Amino acid sequence: MTSTAGVESRILRAPHPVPGAPDNWKRFFSFNTDAKVIGIQYIATALFFLLVGGLLAMIMRGELITPEADLVDRTVYNGLYTMHGTIMLFLFIFPVLNGLNNLLIPCMIGAPDMAFPKLNAAAFWLVPVFGVILMASFLVPGGPASSGWWSYPPVSLQNPLGHLINGEALWILAVALSGISSIMGAVNFVTTILRMRAPGMTLTRMPIFCWTAFSAQTIQLIGLPALTGGAVMLLFDLVVGTSFYRPEGGGDPVLYQHFFWFYSHPAVYVIILPVFGVFSELFPVYARKPLFGYPFVAGASLVIVGLSLIVWVHHMFPSGVPQWMRDAFMVTTMLIAVPTGIKVFAWLATLWGGKLRLNTAMLFALGGLFNFVFAGVTGIMLATVPVDIHVNNTYFVVGHFHYVIYGAATMGVYAAIYHWFPKFTGHMYYEGLGKLHFLLTFIGTNLNFFPMHPLGLMGMPRRVSSYDPEFAFWNVIASLGAFLLGVSIIPFLLNLVSSWVRGAKAPANPWNAIGLEWLLPSPPPAENFEEHVPTVISGPYGYGTGRPLVEHQEEIERALLQA
Amino acid sequence: MTTTPQRFPLPRLIGLAVWLVLLTLLSVWMGAQVPRWLPVSASSAAPLVDGLFGFETAVATFVFVGVVSVMVWVVLFNRAEKYDMSDAEPIEGNTTLEIVWTVIPLVLVMAIAAYTIQVNREIGLIGPMDHAHGPATAKSAPATPLPGGEVQVIARQWSWEFRYPVAGVSSTELHLPLDRRLGLQLESDDVIHGFYVPAFRLKQQVIPGRSITLFLTATRPGRYRLRDSEYSGTWFAANQADVVVESEEAYQDWLRRASRLPLQPGLSDAAREYAQQLSGERRSGYATIEPAQPPLVNVPGSNTLPHDG
Repeated sequence: MTSTAGVESRILRAPHPVPGAPDNWKRFFSFNTDAKVIGIQYIATALFFLLVGGLLAMIMRGELITPEADLVDRTVYNGLYTMHGTIMLFLFIFPVLNGLNNLLIPCMIGAPDMAFPKLNAAAFWLVPVFGVILMASFLVPGGPASSGWWSYPPVSLQNPLGHLINGEALWILAVALSGISSIMGAVNFVTTILRMRAPGMTLTRMPIFCWTAFSAQTIQLIGLPALTGGAVMLLFDLVVGTSFYRPEGGGDPVLYQHFFWFYSHPAVYVIILPVFGVFSELFPVYARKPLFGYPFVAGASLVIVGLSLIVWVHHMFPSGVPQWMRDAFMVTTMLIAVPTGIKVFAWLATLWGGKLRLNTAMLFALGGLFNFVFAGVTGIMLATVPVDIHVNNTYFVVGHFHYVIYGAATMGVYAAIYHWFPKFTGHMYYEGLGKLHFLLTFIGTNLNFFPMHPLGLMGMPRRVSSYDPEFAFWNVIASLGAFLLGVSIIPFLLNLVSSWVRGAKAPANPWNAIGLEWLLPSPPPAENFEEHVPTVISGPYGYGTGRPLVEHQEEIERALLQA
Repeated sequence: MTTTPQRFPLPRLIGLAVWLVLLTLLSVWMGAQVPRWLPVSASSAAPLVDGLFGFETAVATFVFVGVVSVMVWVVLFNRAEKYDMSDAEPIEGNTTLEIVWTVIPLVLVMAIAAYTIQVNREIGLIGPMDHAHGPATAKSAPATPLPGGEVQVIARQWSWEFRYPVAGVSSTELHLPLDRRLGLQLESDDVIHGFYVPAFRLKQQVIPGRSITLFLTATRPGRYRLRDSEYSGTWFAANQADVVVESEEAYQDWLRRASRLPLQPGLSDAAREYAQQLSGERRSGYATIEPAQPPLVNVPGSNTLPHDG
């Protein structure tokens, strides 16, 4: 066995400490340029904000457990739901996915690090900066932004106290910084995937996670400028008194809705595509079968990117758009079901006749797929104009959205965290706590978000701080589900912390998985393969085929372990 | 997958057929449950929307339960034995299957889209840009204007006001005649609101600086709830009004009686709660826009009576 002296010599050699090496926890609090450190920084920051956003959600569900507005004042409720949405999107789900990108992309394609390490670190450090700005808005006079995460003008431009520094201005600033951070990240991910693949790792041999990350980050590069431009005009209207969106000055409030949704609908694909990638990675490992129809699954991601950019008006069916526009955008929205269906059927065919191992990661992936299919069928309903007109801006949409973002995306993220936890921490997690976490999450998700569908069909609008008594029954169940989701985080955090501190040592490849990252020791050294960069000779997911993934696989594994 | 006879023996095919029949029956049954989940249908548009939603529910049930039953099957019957570390049979794809599950969903969603466009035509749910030439629906009577004009709907932070210009009536309760197509002229004084009557299955943003005409035919007498459906600020949730649908005679009678009543402050839950906050009876939170004065109307009406949906 190598002694600590071996580790220390590498610490001395590398410009920054090796992940997992003893006594260097401080690297997580520094401007570190190692993608694996940045990945963990992203994920830890995101999980902190998941707790904040979740706490706000539980206060909201506390308010909504009774019809009257009685727990908090209406203004407070409006601030809570606005900040809940903003935090969960910009400070939880985007950062946690960027964390996975940082950990996985370089290791999966055999690169030593990201293409632009300093840009990478700068992109991460913007997250706590705008996180603090957003949290600080709770403390300014007048309270935080309270016009929803859409921030539609004119209601978002109403500034009751007239202060220059107000919650809405801080909100716009935070969202703009988040956009800049995301663009910096996207430039890095796209460049790394296109330029830094190991020899023999052609695009058609690339793991699906990298395909989906590439697709998602391309959307960021195309869509974010629209939102950022729209947000700057909103800031000018708010602070300088311009009239881009103010009808009394000749502006058009509906223009903002176009800017907003041109990015914010594709943003959902930025979130869900990498989770499709996670499903595509995990099902083959735990079913012991190759991914069914790899080229179709990879290509479907690109089709989704193309379609995602031409569907945004489906959020605006009741906004006063002409009928031809409603029909056209309904058709494009419907078409997205086709590439998505290709993926779902590919996963089912992968599972079919497999040898399934139901550990925590696999359970989360299966649960995530279950929830995603439910969200998919309600999505088709929402695409059809007359049904959307009825349920638009009701809890039906809130239920659909949370099945996507929590039921599918967040459960997919949990699956990914469990699956790659041994790789990047060097420790195994506890299966028992993991399965408890899964059980509570799966039940809590369905208890919380299913009741929103009947509520929406009955006509309960979203964003209300009080409601008519006929909605009480389903709201009580939803609130109980929300509190259960709060409880479900406890075994998760307990598992992460205790496993990292004292979990069993992880071998290089605990799941017997195929992929470049599993050739590396756990945790991988700072520069991943260092001088042993392998040459890839076959496509991914060769389970049961007996095909080696890289040239001289055994020698490389041995050399890496002894390094 | 290669379809050799051994892979699909007769008992398995029969099982598959039985399962498909059961799945279809379940889907049809679910589609028929739709009316129980929705408010009463009280406009000419509502049965068309409900019919479409019922069809979609049946399709959705088929897809969802179909996928989930495959997942349940593999979880039950395709588990690895405890110490079995081997791989399964490596099947990497099948182009025929890929074509099948691309084309079938494509045909299915395009069929739903075609059906929907048909329903759109029938509802004549027309956008503001072409409302002048809106097609009359098959079910509703020809668009006879109200004697002398339409109802003017004015949304404010946070109250609804309904004006009947010809009768010279204003109200904070919307009265509509039964079975007559009429236009509502939607206007906002401040921010975007949403005109939403769940029982009518109709919703339209009310956009400041625009006047949007929404045509509808109420088909069932009763009292329904109108809700603000576009977030409009502090008292958004309390911005509700009632819609009373009554026979043509009762409606004309109401207009006549209302026109003789003196003006008085209309309903505004927001103004009431705000006054309570100013007097200290009710807790307040962050800063808020002050609610607009309740409009002066002939008939305040009610928004607390039991309603039908």
